[in-house]
Parts: sequence; structure tokens; C-alpha cells
Amino acid sequence: MGVLSRHAARAAVTFSIATLFASPVTPALADTSGINAADTAWMIAATALVLMMTIPGLALFYSGMVRKKNVLATMAQSLAAVAIISVLWVAFGYSLAFVGDGPWLGTLDRWFLAGMKMDDVNPAAKTIPEALFMLYQMTFAIITVALVAGAVADRMRFSAYLLFSVGWFMFVYVPLAHWVWGGGFLATMGVLDFAGGLVVHLSAGIGGLVAAKVMGRRHGYGTENLAPFDLSLAVIGTGMLWVGWFGFNGGSALSASPRAVMAITATHLAACAGALTWGAIEWSTRRKPSVLGMISGAVAGLGTITPASGFVAPWHGVVIGIIAGLFCFWACTSLKQRFNYDDSLDVFGVHGVGGMTGTLLAGVFATTAIGGTSGLLEGNPQQLLIQFYGVAVTLLWSGAVTFVLLKLVGAFVPLRVSLQQEMEGLDISQHGEALQ
Amino acid sequence: MKLVVAIIKPFKLDEVRQALTAIGVHGMTVTEVKGYGRQKGHTEIYRGAEYVVNFLPKLRIEIAVSSELADKAVEVITNSARTGQIGDGKIFVTPIDHALRIRTGETDSDAL
Repeated sequence: MGVLSRHAARAAVTFSIATLFASPVTPALADTSGINAADTAWMIAATALVLMMTIPGLALFYSGMVRKKNVLATMAQSLAAVAIISVLWVAFGYSLAFVGDGPWLGTLDRWFLAGMKMDDVNPAAKTIPEALFMLYQMTFAIITVALVAGAVADRMRFSAYLLFSVGWFMFVYVPLAHWVWGGGFLATMGVLDFAGGLVVHLSAGIGGLVAAKVMGRRHGYGTENLAPFDLSLAVIGTGMLWVGWFGFNGGSALSASPRAVMAITATHLAACAGALTWGAIEWSTRRKPSVLGMISGAVAGLGTITPASGFVAPWHGVVIGIIAGLFCFWACTSLKQRFNYDDSLDVFGVHGVGGMTGTLLAGVFATTAIGGTSGLLEGNPQQLLIQFYGVAVTLLWSGAVTFVLLKLVGAFVPLRVSLQQEMEGLDISQHGEALQ
Repeated sequence: MKLVVAIIKPFKLDEVRQALTAIGVHGMTVTEVKGYGRQKGHTEIYRGAEYVVNFLPKLRIEIAVSSELADKAVEVITNSARTGQIGDGKIFVTPIDHALRIRTGETDSDAL
């Protein structure tokens, strides 16, 4: 009897594990009329584009700006973000962020995609399969976590980075995604964030700033030559980010629609205006427009238009891109020097300031003709106040939680590599490999 | 026999090589090096951070020539490597005690 019950128990455990890991996305012949082939095709492409933004896009953009001895370690951070966050997103991230509409957090109904059938849809995107919506949103979570790493490049221990990334994803990204996009309290208030000015750029930017302060400056910062290893890599990375951003902002329309086209147009124009503005400032003040300056301006323009892209007219992209170039240039040069923090790759200066600026500008330029919401210029100052509120909540939440997380992780693993390892380079000390 | 060592700007290599070939110098060794003289490097600015780059990329050319050819070699290197700007480089000439071609075992002037 005892043996039998053990068999029964083992069989039950085996069955439940098998159920858990058996593909929950089962073939179905049910009515799929709500699912639209064009939308699905575009969103598959957009998902691939946004995934490309992290590896190779961000990996190249970041690693081109560090020194040669830290190139692989910097790429490893992007690569690890893809691997870890994808698994966590499927496990619980998606469900907590996008399933259920509680003010603070969703539910665990879809943990490990439980019960998700092939023709299911999420209420937020009724014309594409829910699995595709889940994948698309996954790519946003990935790049947001990977973005933060730029602030602590050249000095963070890989094990500490992994622990920090898991915590940051769980306690910063997932709640914010729910609050802004998943029906949480910011969504209910009417905060406009088309593709992630708050959820992605500001949260990563302020997280990066806090991390840079907690980690301390790099050895030799301000005295030694920390010039980029290979800016040509950074230019290639920027190109991939730029193209990928078409999926990032265009895909956020969640349909193959005119609104997606408007968003992409504004996005491209903002990137161009940002690159031109940053280059022009350098040309006028330092006699030469640097390549790093122009790509920084392009990324600043892209990050800044992101929250506004589906709410504003295309020409607003030019205005927003110019403002992005001005503000982000000031943040990366004057502000950074004044407060003397070492945000290695200017995550705060480019993404944080860009995300914040763009979110506020969405409240200024939003037009009913594009996104159905009017902003300040159309006589709705209330929207700008709501945008301010969204910025404040994101700043406080991401900043505070990042700080606590780093202190927690630091209690288990040293956050920084040793001085000797930092001098030797993270490629060798963290990964046992190096570029020759 | 003389060893002529010239430190030149990298983009001048082709001109120098053609000029040396024209006067009968058949081989040379070229090494990528970094260094500075009175030029004292230059300043680079990355997002507002200024870095002084002390060691600039240069090429080091070594040619072994007969003593009679040494002066002519120095002259053509000087003419072909000159831009008139600071940082054009330097030429050093030293005597060679002994030379040997590894493949044939020929020595001294036969080995050049």
C-alpha cells in the first residue's frame, strides 16, 4: 500500500511537472476571426526588430564606448539580460504586468503561460495572438534591464550584475509596466507613454544614475584616458538601435495601422533632428562635430520621441528631436561634470533625461488626430500635469528601489570588482576571455 | 653597411616605399609603433570628457643599405615623408657590424 501510494505520489508529481512544462500553447481549431493576419505579421517583425536592439544593437553601442579590456564583459551584460529576462518574463513577469487590472500589480493567472491557447488574445491587443503580445513585451523588458548596465560599465562584478538584474526586473520593471501599460494606477489616470518613456528610458536612466552613485567612479575617472575602444562599433550599434526603434515605437501601435506609420515617421525624424542638433552644438562650441556626439544625439532623439511617438504629428518629431539634442547634450556634459558622477555610458544623460523630456513633451504636443488625446497645445494643460505625475512616480520608484536593491545585493556579493581586476579589465577577470 | 631607421606618419608609407624602391632599396621592415616628440600628442573630447592622447600612431621603417646608399636613402625618406607639419618624424642612421641572409648563408653586403 505504501509502495502504491509512493507510486501514485510520484505519478502525480510527474504529471504536474509535465503539465507545467508541456507547451501550454496548444493547437486549436477554434474561431480566430479576431486575430488579424496583417497585424500579426507586423508584430512578429516588430518583435524581432526590438530583440535586435539589445543584441547586437545595444551590445555594440555600449561595447564600442568602453575600453578594449571591457568589451566582452559589456557585451555579456546585454547577452545575459536577454537570457535571464526572457525566462523570468515567461515565468511570472508577463502575467504580473499584463494580466489582470489591479492598481498595483496584475495576477499570476498566466504564470508559465498557464492555460494560454494558440488563439487567445490579451485585451490590450485583440488582433494578435496573446503569445505574440507576450513576446513583444518581453523584448521591452530585456532592453530596459540591459540599458541600466551602461551606467556601471567597466566596474561591476558579473555575479552582482546578474542578481541586481533579476531584482530590478522584478521590483522596478514589472510593477512599472503594469502601472503604465497593464491597467495600473498610472494607466487609469491617463498617463501617456506610447512606447516606454517612463517604463523603459526614465526607469533605466534613473536606475543607472543611482547605480553609478552607489558603485562609485571608475578608477582613473577624470585623470586617465578612458577613451572609447572602437567608436565604429558604437556607430553600427546605433544603426541597429535606430532601425530596431521602428519596431519599438511602430510596434507599440500593436497593429499594422496608420498610427504605427505616424509613430515610425516621428521616430525617424526625431533621431535625425537629435543627431543634427548634437553635432551642431559640438561644431559651434568645439569646432568639430564628433561621431560619438552625432550617435548620442540620434539615440537621445529616439529615446525622447518614444513616449510621444503615437500621440504626436510627425513634424513634432523634429521639434522633440531638437529639444532632445539640447537637453541631453547639456546633461551629458555640464550636469554630469557639475555633480561629478561617473555614469560610464551616459544612461541617465541620454535615456533618463530623454525619457523624462519626451514624457513631458507628449503632454505638450499630443494631438487628438493621431492618438485621441489632446495636450497643452490643443488646450488641455491637465495632460501635462498628469505627465509630471507619471515622471515623479517613476523617478521615485526606480530610484528608491534601485538603491535598496544594490544595498541588498551588496550584502551578499561585492558589487565592484577589485581594483586589480578593474585595472586588468573585466573581460579577463570576469569571463576568462579577452580580445587580442 | 648602415641601418636606417625612420619614424614616419603612417599615411606616408607608400610614398616612402616608392621613393626607396626607385633608388634601389629592395626590402624594408615596417612596424606599427606609438610615440611622441615635440608634437606632444593631441586632445580628444568624448561627450565633454577631455583626454590627452600622448602616444600617437607612427610607423617605424628599418632598411639595411650599403654605406654609399645610406645618404641617398635618408634624403629620399626626408623628401617623401615630409608634410611640413609638426610630427613628421625622425631618421636615425647606425652602423651595421655584420649581416647574414638566413636562406643562403651569404654575409655582409651580399646579404643586403
